[in-house]
Amino acid sequence: MNQEILEHIKNSLRKGVRIDGRKPDEIRPVTIQTGFLTTAEGSARVKFGDAEVLAGVKMALEKPYPDTPEDGVLMVNSELLPLSNPEFESGPPSIESIETARVIDRGIRESKTIDTKSLCVEKGEKVWSVAIDIVPINYEGNLIDMGGLAAIAALKTATFPFVKEDGTIDYHQRTDKKLDLKKMPIPITVCKIGEIFIVDPTDEEEKAVDARLTVTSVDQKTLCALQKGGDHPLSESDINTMVELALKKAGELRKILEGVN
Amino acid sequence: MSELLAKDKEVVVPGQVLAKGMDYIPGQGTYRLKDDVLANRLGMVSVEGKVLKTTPLAGRYIPRKDDVIIGRVDDILMSGWRLEINSPYSAVLPLKDASFDFIAKGADLTKYFKLDDFVVIKITQVTSQNLVDVTAKGQGLRKLRGGRVIKVNPQKVPRIIGKKGSMVSMLKKATDCKVIVGQNGFVWIEGAPEMEVIIVRALRKIEEESHQSGLTDRLKGFLEKETGKKIEDAPENNDQKVN
Repeated sequence: MNQEILEHIKNSLRKGVRIDGRKPDEIRPVTIQTGFLTTAEGSARVKFGDAEVLAGVKMALEKPYPDTPEDGVLMVNSELLPLSNPEFESGPPSIESIETARVIDRGIRESKTIDTKSLCVEKGEKVWSVAIDIVPINYEGNLIDMGGLAAIAALKTATFPFVKEDGTIDYHQRTDKKLDLKKMPIPITVCKIGEIFIVDPTDEEEKAVDARLTVTSVDQKTLCALQKGGDHPLSESDINTMVELALKKAGELRKILEGVN
Repeated sequence: MSELLAKDKEVVVPGQVLAKGMDYIPGQGTYRLKDDVLANRLGMVSVEGKVLKTTPLAGRYIPRKDDVIIGRVDDILMSGWRLEINSPYSAVLPLKDASFDFIAKGADLTKYFKLDDFVVIKITQVTSQNLVDVTAKGQGLRKLRGGRVIKVNPQKVPRIIGKKGSMVSMLKKATDCKVIVGQNGFVWIEGAPEMEVIIVRALRKIEEESHQSGLTDRLKGFLEKETGKKIEDAPENNDQKVN
């Protein structure tokens, strides 16, 4: 990217103005739409301004892993589609897409949002697997936060498919049974540019970021996952400010999420 | 017997018959099939005497000779630079048109323009194969330093510039920013950060409301409200379409 434009972004941020006129701690207008992918058990389309991300939940009956015979399988995958950004290429998954998937996975897994024991059908033989796929449709930065929000919204609306008597699944029929979500993990990425902390960076701002910290929280006080990125170090006071800001912003998103069915 | 079937400023689709008979002449965006004149793109018809034209509502920039545009350096070639110009075709800036200085053979071309630099250029030639040649020598043509570049719909550029540049000079006057509007829809802005934001919002407003009349007045009101100061000697308010 053009170095002078990067410098320009940093300079205006120093004066407290973001490139699109937002306040440093302001998230773009959020909209969540659920249940429109008919082939998925649960789905959500999250928009932050012009940025758009899809998440889909697919459920299947599988043999459990040998070391966890009683646990269901949870998988999170993300793919950076070339249609969403000219810089994305098809081919093997990039570092960014792996990181996105792992950070969102960590948030859901470590908060014990889904009780994997409850997904067990027959010990050692048959368990439910829940696969979450996250794809950006229009990439404008902040994929982890948007993907994390979309994943939870999709899980919230997901319903189990119908199991026939011979044990196979009929995906054309749905049951009313929903996944039992214990928590609402919401990731918020706080970015540090110079001495300023911002949330919800656009893709241009992401390129100017010195350091970032993704804080996943399940309520106003409880953290369940962290991920640090960027080349600059963070001091203890930096981390305290960032976590505080992330908790505050996660609260705002949680309110929006509560209205989603 | 000739007959005009489409009205002025009507939106037409490709293949739609605009006029019957040889009295009407196909202009840009239209073609003749037997005795009829048909549209070949989705756009608005303009009837200028006997000539029928369609102007697209949106789309990429189609290079035209003598247009002043803003390009982004995409690649450095053996003998010049390849520029991205928000168009289906890329432009080539040859060594001899890049600078008034003499550039020796084998010199390091990044000294003049690096990758991702933005340059104000003028189109010198568009061949029948749509190869675009440009120059960076001439009045106002230069490398852009600082500021930022945003993309607007190239079809709305005439509205952003306004009659004899009235709209863009009002933007500049209201916000004290430097603005360069390339015909290809790249707009370069430099000024105080909060003013730049106002310009970007004003440009989006122009793009959205360009088809409505009284745009200059509304934009003036918008700018006065946002910047909190009066704009004196307003530019002429007749909102004729400049295309």
